[in-house]
Amino acid sequence: MKFGVIVFPGSNCDQDAYYAVRDVLKEPVEYIWHQEHDLKGVDCVIVPGGFSYGDYLRTGAVARFSPVMEAVKEHTDKGGYAIGICNGFQILCEAHLLPGALVSNDCLKFVCKYVQLTPANLNTPWTNQCKNGQVLNIPIAHQGGNFVCDQETLKRIEDNGQVILRYCDEAGRVTPEANPNGSLNNIAGVINERGNVAGMMPHPERAVEKILGSADGLNILRSVIEWARR
Amino acid sequence: MLIKEPGSKTVSKNTEPIAPEVYREMGLIDSEYQKIVEVLGRHPTYTEVGMYSVMWSEHCGYKYSRPILRLFKKYKEALEGEGLENAGVIDIGDGYGIVMKMETHNHPSAVEPFQGAATGVGGILRDIFTMGARPIACLNSLRFGPLDDAHNRYLFENVVAGIAHYGNCVGVPTIAGEVVFDDCYSGNCLVNAMSAGIVRIDDIASACAKGVGNSVLYVGSSTGCDGIHGATFASVELGPDSENRRPNVQIGDPFQEKLLIEATIEALKTGFVVGIQDMGAAGITCSTCETSAKAGTGMEIDVLKVPRRQSDMTPYEVMLSESQERMLAIVEKGHEDDVAAVFKKWGLNAVVIGHVTDDGLVHVWEGDQLVAEVPAKSLADDAPTYYLETEEPEYLKEVRCFDLTKIPEPADYNEALEKLLGSPSIASKEWVYRQYDHMVQTNTAILPGADAAALRIRGTKKAIALVCDCNGRYCYLDPFVGAQIAVAEAARNLACVGAKALGVTDCVSFGNPEKPQVFWQFKRAIEGMAEACEAFDTPVISGNVSFYNETPETAIYPTPVVGMLGLIEDADKHCTPEFKREGDVVALLTGRRITKDSESDPGFCAVNDLGGSEYLKVMHNVVAGQPPALDIEAEKRLHTCLIEAISSNLLSSAHDCSDGGLAVALAESSIGGKLGVEASIVADCSASVALFGEAQSRAVISLPPDKLGELGELVEKHAIECTILGKVQGDRFKIDVNGVTVIDREVEQITRVWKNAIPERMEGRA
Repeated sequence: MKFGVIVFPGSNCDQDAYYAVRDVLKEPVEYIWHQEHDLKGVDCVIVPGGFSYGDYLRTGAVARFSPVMEAVKEHTDKGGYAIGICNGFQILCEAHLLPGALVSNDCLKFVCKYVQLTPANLNTPWTNQCKNGQVLNIPIAHQGGNFVCDQETLKRIEDNGQVILRYCDEAGRVTPEANPNGSLNNIAGVINERGNVAGMMPHPERAVEKILGSADGLNILRSVIEWARR
Repeated sequence: MLIKEPGSKTVSKNTEPIAPEVYREMGLIDSEYQKIVEVLGRHPTYTEVGMYSVMWSEHCGYKYSRPILRLFKKYKEALEGEGLENAGVIDIGDGYGIVMKMETHNHPSAVEPFQGAATGVGGILRDIFTMGARPIACLNSLRFGPLDDAHNRYLFENVVAGIAHYGNCVGVPTIAGEVVFDDCYSGNCLVNAMSAGIVRIDDIASACAKGVGNSVLYVGSSTGCDGIHGATFASVELGPDSENRRPNVQIGDPFQEKLLIEATIEALKTGFVVGIQDMGAAGITCSTCETSAKAGTGMEIDVLKVPRRQSDMTPYEVMLSESQERMLAIVEKGHEDDVAAVFKKWGLNAVVIGHVTDDGLVHVWEGDQLVAEVPAKSLADDAPTYYLETEEPEYLKEVRCFDLTKIPEPADYNEALEKLLGSPSIASKEWVYRQYDHMVQTNTAILPGADAAALRIRGTKKAIALVCDCNGRYCYLDPFVGAQIAVAEAARNLACVGAKALGVTDCVSFGNPEKPQVFWQFKRAIEGMAEACEAFDTPVISGNVSFYNETPETAIYPTPVVGMLGLIEDADKHCTPEFKREGDVVALLTGRRITKDSESDPGFCAVNDLGGSEYLKVMHNVVAGQPPALDIEAEKRLHTCLIEAISSNLLSSAHDCSDGGLAVALAESSIGGKLGVEASIVADCSASVALFGEAQSRAVISLPPDKLGELGELVEKHAIECTILGKVQGDRFKIDVNGVTVIDREVEQITRVWKNAIPERMEGRA
């Protein structure tokens, strides 16, 4: 599967995503500059973390207007895969490719730490390599990862199985204490209705090797490769 | 005004003298002004006197510290030759070098903590990537007054937020640091930012303006009126009117910095960049003079070509602005567009503002008006040097004769331990480092909270470890020994993760050097540090001096912070401080050899080891005695043994035994591992000394029982001592001293105390 990593001015997890795909997944991968109109034929777009355009206005609010996002929209409209991680999730929400929005953490501070996640729906392109009740150890690093949406949307995405990951404790229990940022229903990741677009605040690309403390992020990244192969 | 005849190389008309109150306000003294007149052979212009005043400030010119810093052999090369430029480099093999430097931003942080700290990070990062290195780590060493004071909490909160704001956005992990709280830092917070970068040894960039006719390219953010005279401000004491200095503080934009990092690394790959330097302290003045002086060339620039944030800036303001995220690049003639294109791709300014000349002079034009004509070397290298008087401070006699044997035993050792664990200097710093992105770049092999952080080096088997360290209280009691201990402890921290110390960057903060007692502290501390660095074979490759860290009420403790780099040959073989599994044996490694016939205790503490301890301060509010004795040779044997034991996979955990003594070291290993311990100490000193004394050259380790034999051989080989203390087991933290159980608490309880100490003070809740 060919991956493409978008590079906005201010992206800072682009290289991490690139290395994870190239060196660990051993799949082909290319950088795609924010002013490109063409996605170079990639199968899966990664919208990486960072501070696109400085994020001074509102996270992701400027990036959604960049030329490359037009191309990403066309790609996903045709059923192409795309995953937004951290700032990438914020951008995909701003671009209305995903439901909901991300606001400031309830503690109002940047939080960087390993968190535990449990998959909420295994039948998606992004979680099919996870197991039921599995606890994934994957880090977060954000100041605005508090997932919100209106009640109607919440009910819809929950009913549709569009919630794919929730924050949980070490035993896999979804509790308020395990929620690091105040997200509704402990939501850490969602997909669009079709399932080909995903967004998650935790960084799977940071948990791909034992030396980094965890390789659980591979469960997410390998899922899309497996899904496309089926 | 200067008038330059067409075609002539000299200034034909002299200028009026500058009024003494004007140059004094800029920080120059009368004799320095006279020296400027001598150098120029005329009176300087307003712009020129401004340029001299910043370049000859202590901050840029090291006019007081230079004679003492010559004690560092490597510094000597840096100061006298062109060996080292913006930051030093250490070769780690495989064709890679590590660049590192630490710098203070104390004064700006004291008046505007958020931006002061943020721009501290920005400045140190630019020193790294102007060498052609990609920044891979940030560290910081912070000092504040006690957290029961609202202003200290404000400073702490905003300094941490400022570091997070900048470091997180630029995508460089902040992986380690230290935070210490003490009364003497009230009103004088210390904010030291350190950064390290990686560079192919063959690709190190130069900061020389070589090649007459080459173009001078201004890149990065536009120039505004922020930070004018920042370097001068850093060279005076803080006082009641320091608040008015807020306009001297620069405003940082980490987004611009991120672009500048990527663009600079890309631009250097074009091969057309001859030299490049950050515009930090003293802005365009410093970068033009230093790059010319290093190359023995001159430079001609036009301030009208400098991109500006406001239209009405004077040449003086443009030359002295310390606006952030700017660089000066010397570009091969004819290739200006190739280099500028890279910066423009990243949305940055890239404008030719002048060219390199051969006359050794920096000419500053404002259109067709010449506003300054000064010899580059006189600004960069000829700052007046002063040999200040030294005098041993009075207070030392008093603190040294304090009778430590008179300190009573605590009523309850459990409570004493909890008081220490709840002391913000010892307590968990998770509240701080959780706000920093410490994992971006996906190299962090040892996360914050360990003795040292470690980063694997992609494409090699290796990892580097980084740490910064200093105990200001020890340095107050004896600056020589205190500074040596700072070096020893940093190296010990590295050894505890399995890394061999390779080099040092120092960042030293003191009070007003014009006071002989303060200068004595400075001199003794540098002597101690230089001696220790030589003994550990860790060259000082870069550094920074900050003076005038005092208010009318207090001066800080001498605080010579050591930043140290270590190398782990096999990244997979590193060690962390927390206990790993029940049943492991817990032992104390001591870098002392106790002879078999010795009557004394097997390597625990003597009463003198309470001198300058956290225990004495926290329990009795006493800062007295002498710092613990340090035997550098014994210390080195301990480190070698630790590194060999870790690389042979013998150890489950290793943790430096320092602030708070053995009891605190054991507690931290226990808390980190969420595992209890049962330990017995046999000592011929009081229980408080055995538990809380801070004798040097010790580490708490744990290992599987079947590895004890192999460890014994290593211990024998390196002639150090290994004392079995007990076992990792259960969920209670239990210590016996001479057969009496003095500490017995649930691990969960001491964990709460240690973890909640800072959040409770900052947020009123856990």
